[in-house]
Amino acid sequence: MLALLVVTVIAAVRSTDLFAAAILFGIYSFLTAILFMDLDAVDVAFTEAAVGAGVSTVLLLSTLRLTGRYEQRHKHSPALPLVVVGLTGAALVYGMTDAPDFGDPEAPAHTHVAKRYIEDGPRETGVPNMVTGVLASYRGYDTLGEVFVVFTAGLAVMMLLGTRVRGGRSSGREAIGDLLVLRVVGKVLIAFVMLFGLYVQFHGDYGAGGGFQAGVIFATALIVYDLVFGEADARRVMPHIWTERLIAIGILIYLGVGVAGMLLGGPFLDYSKLATDPVKGEHLGILLVEFGIGVAVFGAVMSIFNAFSGLRLPSEGGRDDV
Amino acid sequence: MLVVLAPLVAAPAIVLIGRARAAWHLALAAVVASFAAACAIAWKVSREGAIDYALGGWEAPWGIAYHVDFLGALVLLTVTGIAVAVVTYARPSVEREIPESRRYYFYGCLMLCLAGLLGMTITGDVFNLFVFLEISSLSSYALIGMGRDRRALNAAFQYLVMGTIGASFILIGIGFMYMMTGTLNMADLAVRLPEVADTRTIRAGFAFLTVGIGLKVALFPLHLWLPNVYAYAPSVVSAFLGATATKVAVYALLRIMLGIFGVEFSLGEMPLHALLVGLGSLGVVSASLVAVFERNVKRMLAYSSVAQVGYMVLGIGLANTDGVTASILHIFNHALMKGALFLALGAVMYRIGSVHIRDLAGLGRRMPLTAAAILVAGLSLIGVPGTVGFVSKWYLVLGALESGLWPLAALVLFGSILALIYIWRLVEVVWFERPAADAPAIDEAPLQMLAPILVLAFANLYFGINTDLTAGLAQRAAEALLEVNR
Repeated sequence: MLALLVVTVIAAVRSTDLFAAAILFGIYSFLTAILFMDLDAVDVAFTEAAVGAGVSTVLLLSTLRLTGRYEQRHKHSPALPLVVVGLTGAALVYGMTDAPDFGDPEAPAHTHVAKRYIEDGPRETGVPNMVTGVLASYRGYDTLGEVFVVFTAGLAVMMLLGTRVRGGRSSGREAIGDLLVLRVVGKVLIAFVMLFGLYVQFHGDYGAGGGFQAGVIFATALIVYDLVFGEADARRVMPHIWTERLIAIGILIYLGVGVAGMLLGGPFLDYSKLATDPVKGEHLGILLVEFGIGVAVFGAVMSIFNAFSGLRLPSEGGRDDV
Repeated sequence: MLVVLAPLVAAPAIVLIGRARAAWHLALAAVVASFAAACAIAWKVSREGAIDYALGGWEAPWGIAYHVDFLGALVLLTVTGIAVAVVTYARPSVEREIPESRRYYFYGCLMLCLAGLLGMTITGDVFNLFVFLEISSLSSYALIGMGRDRRALNAAFQYLVMGTIGASFILIGIGFMYMMTGTLNMADLAVRLPEVADTRTIRAGFAFLTVGIGLKVALFPLHLWLPNVYAYAPSVVSAFLGATATKVAVYALLRIMLGIFGVEFSLGEMPLHALLVGLGSLGVVSASLVAVFERNVKRMLAYSSVAQVGYMVLGIGLANTDGVTASILHIFNHALMKGALFLALGAVMYRIGSVHIRDLAGLGRRMPLTAAAILVAGLSLIGVPGTVGFVSKWYLVLGALESGLWPLAALVLFGSILALIYIWRLVEVVWFERPAADAPAIDEAPLQMLAPILVLAFANLYFGINTDLTAGLAQRAAEALLEVNR
């Protein structure tokens, strides 16, 4: 598996065909996801598969529509970067030589804070999935930060590219083509993808998944709709201005839960105050927060996609590379 | 808590409302609230000592906690204070430089950048530091890219690549520390690290952290991204980042190297002492030399920033109380100088539309107050007695002499002479040359822009004469840092 990973990366770097490189990166992410699976990190694998293999490939491809398919040859020599990369690799290997053995149950990473997460986590947070417990409660503030990172990314893309909110050519871009097969398959698929998204969203406290993955999956459904049925139809379902508002709303839900904890006399993000029974409160808080994450991530992915696809119009004079 | 919360809430609220005017008002309200909260924190810390605040109600090593000591309080004050000045000033400048449909994104990003910097400052958890570092970096790339010059995008991209490498290195370093200690909390790390300090993993992690933070600090020779960024970013962004971003990175360096690893490990066992002093000195000399020959004033000041970072790093490398005091003090003082200078240049940009040195001829007659602010802040940058620049350099020289490194003291003087040359060139053009015959008649900048400039310039003088408050706080912070792990 690791060997496959290396082969994929080398192929991606050497390829001057950016379309192929984008697909290779998708494969790379998928392989990584399988590796994570192998290490029993189901939630991480899930995220990697949804984000790395799914959405980011789509985004890379839609960027390619703007830039053209082939890479220009670089003139500068690769010597310096190679030395830097070599040094970094050497330092990494050097650092690993003294690290605890792989899977050693006595390793510090397993015996200090993680111990409490594993032993008491489900009881203290009321959530059987420990990953969700750590993510949304013990280290909920970090997760809030991560959602803000996603928000920043969306905002940055919208600010730099500019959104095309106002009317003009509201008919929008045509669909990929009037392929009957695509339409039928798309219709069937989208319903299931959305249902799955909802399941992942609200079942994150018991099984793998949660707001991040659900948001991405839900966004994928809409992106597929956009690609198959054309932008005009997609925008009727989800107007552009609402995608950015959704990010803000999602984040405000998260912040609101945090502030509610404060108003009820605890510290920021203390969910235990949300209900009379602290554990119930924790559980409720986690659910609400995950919902906020889902909404925000969905909005962010959609906004970024829209910003890129919105730019397609001017260059649509015939030369279409993908 | 409110310090970070105010900008965090303001950012999505601004996007939700989506109006440029409302965005500015919200941003102003947020920074004022944040500044007030920072003042309250500083007051509390100076009376009761360091504050801890467990987020989510989970006590420290399990959950994430804030930790504010003297140092943190000083940096919080600096960053929020600058933010108030910058946001007040921003409206006319942003109206000129940013298209209207994107203005509220701009304010949103500015709030995010501020929240990121404050979050890095206030946290007591290394991974949380990384998360907020990402927020501040990501938003600053976008803000820089909004510069009117096409080269701004290039500068932003260059910074993005360098910054991402830096951030990944920091993350690897944090990962190595977690692998060996099983904790991410700074105080807990400081306790648990000495046991495992003598392992290759920790040494490699330390190296990764040093390089990663070095990139963010713009430590020579990792500073190459900085000059273009400051030169081509919108005026408001140059002023905000120039006055705060590298400072917070220096703060992170202090927290991680001295606060977590401890003086003996960082500066004794690891070769950081030689590295910081050596690279700091090289940075001071080389960047100042480049600044002397630079014709674009914003770029000139950017190189001067690299040199100033060199002084700060030098002070940390000395590892004695005076040296570290100088560094901490310079975080605050340099924010005042560069804040005033970049804001003044923004006003020049607003009226004249250029910051090339030949277009500034005779500015002293046309915009006397702005030009006076440039003069004061420039003198401060040189380190003339009576300004803040003198105070921090004074401590730095004391620190160098204390360590018996008199060549370093000479180097500080040499650096000041170079600063004198490039600042004098500016002052000469501004005050003693006649404006070009065809120069358009212009007025002073609007009051809304002028007031923050003058306040900052005045602060340069006030804190230069009345040093008790800042130097006292800095000295206590330095003592605390150096003592923790003795």
